[in-house]
This record gives sequence, C-alpha cells and structure tokens, in this order.
Amino acid sequence: MSGVSIIGAGLSKFGRQPDLTGRQMAVQAIHAALDDAGLRWPDVQVAFGGSDGSGLADTLVADLGLTGIPFTNVKNGCATGGSALVAAVNAIRSGAADIALAVGFDKHPRGAFDPRPEDWGLPAGYGEAGLMVTTQFFAIKIARYMRQYGISERTLAKVAAKSYRNGAISPNAWRREALTEEAVAAATMVNDPLTQYMFCSPGEGGAAIIVASQAAAERLGARQVRLLSVATRTRGFGSFEVFAPSIQGSGTPTSVSSDAARAAFEAAGVSPVDIDVAQLQDTEAGAEIMHLAECGFCEHGEQEAWIASGATEIGGRLPVNTDGGCIANGEPIGASGLRQVHEIVTQLRGEAGERQVPGSPRLGFTHVYGAPGVSACTVLEAVR
Amino acid sequence: MSVETSTDEHSGGAGEPRPVRPLRGSRCASCANVAFPAAVGCQRCGSGEVIPVDLSRDGVVWAHTVQRFAPKSPPYVPPAEGFVPFAVGYVELPDGIRVEAILDCDDPDRLVGAPVTLVASEPVPRFALTEEVAR
Repeated sequence: MSGVSIIGAGLSKFGRQPDLTGRQMAVQAIHAALDDAGLRWPDVQVAFGGSDGSGLADTLVADLGLTGIPFTNVKNGCATGGSALVAAVNAIRSGAADIALAVGFDKHPRGAFDPRPEDWGLPAGYGEAGLMVTTQFFAIKIARYMRQYGISERTLAKVAAKSYRNGAISPNAWRREALTEEAVAAATMVNDPLTQYMFCSPGEGGAAIIVASQAAAERLGARQVRLLSVATRTRGFGSFEVFAPSIQGSGTPTSVSSDAARAAFEAAGVSPVDIDVAQLQDTEAGAEIMHLAECGFCEHGEQEAWIASGATEIGGRLPVNTDGGCIANGEPIGASGLRQVHEIVTQLRGEAGERQVPGSPRLGFTHVYGAPGVSACTVLEAVR
Repeated sequence: MSVETSTDEHSGGAGEPRPVRPLRGSRCASCANVAFPAAVGCQRCGSGEVIPVDLSRDGVVWAHTVQRFAPKSPPYVPPAEGFVPFAVGYVELPDGIRVEAILDCDDPDRLVGAPVTLVASEPVPRFALTEEVAR
C-alpha cells in the first residue's frame, strides 16, 4: 500500500464529559486533526466514520460545513475506526480522492454494556439467565489461557498497573492516577481471575485521522507517517467470541486477531519483530497478554517472562499501549481504533513527551478486537 | 442420532423425577460439523442443509469463570431468594462442540477439567458435577 500517508491525527478529550455529546467530541477530534495537518474542512474530499451508539457520522457536516462531499457512515463495532480507515485508504488508492478523513466517536453511559440477546441472534433465555455479560467471555478465555500457558495472576496485575502508570503521563487519558499491582490485584473480583481495575470501562471520546496520497502529502509539505497497511477481518470457523452459545469444532479456537495481524504484516512486508511500538486491544489486562501472542509478537506462554522483564514498558523491547490503552483511556467503541493510530503517529513523530519511546521508533502497529469477532490492524512507518 | 423427545430423567430428590430434555443442536449434512443452537447454515462449509441432533448429556468443563456481581436486570432475572454468584463456562461434549453453560458447583476450583452432566436445558444449558448428579 505504498503511497498513502497519515498527514493529520486528532483526539477529543477522553473520559467523562457531561456537557458534551459524542457528536461534539467527534467535531473536536476532526478540527484537531485538520489543525494537525494544516488543513481546513473544505480540503477534505471524502469522509468515512461512525459510532456504536452516539449518532451518525454524516450528520457532523451540519457542524463542519456543507461542502457536499461523500460521507459514508460505518458501524462495525470495535472495528468501526479501522473499517473507516480502510475505506478512506481505498478512496485514496483508487484515485477517487487525494485527502480523506476517518472519524470514530462514542459516549457510553456508566456501567457495563447491556446488550439484548435478540440483537445477537440468541434466545431471550440467555439474558434472563445472566449470560449477556461481556466480562464473562474475557475471564473465561484468560482463565483457560493462564492454566494452559503458565501465566500468573501477578502478570495480570502488572499489565493493568502499567496501563495506569502510562495513563498518568498521558495528558489526554481518562484515568491519570497510577495504581500499584497490589491495588489492582486487591480490587473487587468481577469475573475470576479478573478484578475491577483490570478492565477498561465504557467511556467517551472522539478520534480522527486524515490520510492523503503521497503526491498530495508532498504538495502540502505535510508531516507524514506512512500507512504501510490496514486490514480488517471477521472471525473464521472455530473461533471463541463474546456471547458465543458454543465454540464449534475441536482443538484450539482460531483467532480473528491473528488473521487480521497476519494480513496487515503481509501487506506491509514487515514482521512482528520489526515493530518498535504497539497498541494492542486491552479490554482487560488478560487481553493485552493474549494479543501479544495472537498478533505474532511472541510465542504463547512467553508473556510471563516478557512482562516480568519489562519488555512491554516504555523503554522495553516492545512498548505496548504507551498512552495507557483502553484501560486508562476508556472504551468509546467507535473511537478506540483511531485513538490507537493517533498514539502511534505521535510516537513515530517523536512527539509523545514524557511517554515517548526512546530510540526514534520507526515502525508501529495497532490492533483492535471486539464483538462479535472482528479485528482491525495497521502497520505504520515513520518518515524522516 | 435421532430427534425423538427424550424420556431420560434425573432424580431431583424426594422421589420427584425431573425430566431433562437433551440439548438440541444440528449436524451439517455436508461436512458433519455440529452446531448449538441448531444452525441455519453451517459455519464451517456454508451448506444450508443441517439435520437436527440431540447432543450428549455428559462432557468435561473446558473453561469457566465465576459471575461475582448481579447482571443488569432486565434482562437478568435473579432467583427468588436473590442473586448469588454462579459459575459459567464451556462444556466440551464428545459430539465435537463446546457449549456455554451455567455450572452448578459449590467450589469453582473443582470445575477445572471436571466431568459434568446436563441437569437443565432451559432457559440455557446447565450442567453439574457428574459425581454429584449420580449421587
């Protein structure tokens, strides 16, 4: 995918903002991305975006300016941002546009998500019986994984403590108070082995990314980050997902994250070992651990030693979730994937301040995973 | 495997037999993949021809957790005596499928790899330790 660059990235504030709607956060993020790119809204030729539950992205033109451009709504769960980015990139690659926007936003109420079984193709009995609870899935998956590969509860606490520590030095994060491993481990048990502080919370925020053809980026004198690849996938046969009434087939469940990561690495022509900084979906601490292996960064079970050695810390061999990830930023479903891209862009430009990964990172990777079995991954390269 | 209505019964104690209908799934006529609930189309091969089957009553716990907090009501309907934490997980059946189920057990640590038996199929599958069901 040579020839497509990110020339602007912007975020709204993340975390509770009682006076703002999700749409307003999206507009803030878009203006931040435009400012970052040195552009104005009329320069954008095509746009894609969405939220999971906070409104339609194409209505944002009322607040941005009625320039008449095509603006397509995307609703793809946790892959909303990734799918919007794929569409924006394809618009550039096809020659339909030189400058395209991807935007994602959400504003979720307090507390856990409360999905209706009928919307997931399940009998109402699953709700009555108390099985429509997203956190159960993550706990069941990591509980088996820990037994299978020797991952300790201490490692779960270490991952969450890193998120809060990184959040504390990320000016835009929601959770900015460092928590010790002990505090994380001693918090209320939600679903064994996961405590309250090991989970991200449904949150609020907007994120926007502006991509351009190489010709346009050079004409504008833009500060580019090369988008080497972006890939989205839905689950393959035999996968294990949120709200699955069964896991079909036998043997180890397949992973949509592995499928999407492999596709992104192949398209980029690089390997996981080449990556200098990564964003991995951390719905809870165990997810970050499992996604390290599912995305190809280590073998299953190696995470215990990796994390004990500080490999995923800022300054480690593969810094992961340097902005505190979903655990510190919360999970506004539509926005998270593009928040990840924003963080990698910031790191590759060397502008991450106190949380900057040392040594001028060259290659970055982002990964989201969500229900009902979707994943979106990107590989980004610094341009110096 | 037939689809006839099961007449198997588990003794619920006090001499009141409690019939437990087996879990009703499906098997793909083309690739034999087993699904639960019964499939409309086969997830493995895409065939639309699936045959109803009753699933085995006995399996082994594949993985589990404990639901420590009361899920949101609605849709959750807590028991009359109030919410108590319960185990939930997946039971691996010899049919070649793992089924999500509530797991009856006083000590969740005993569930790891434990043989379990179906004790209810509505509103969702429910299994209990085989040694306790047989007692």
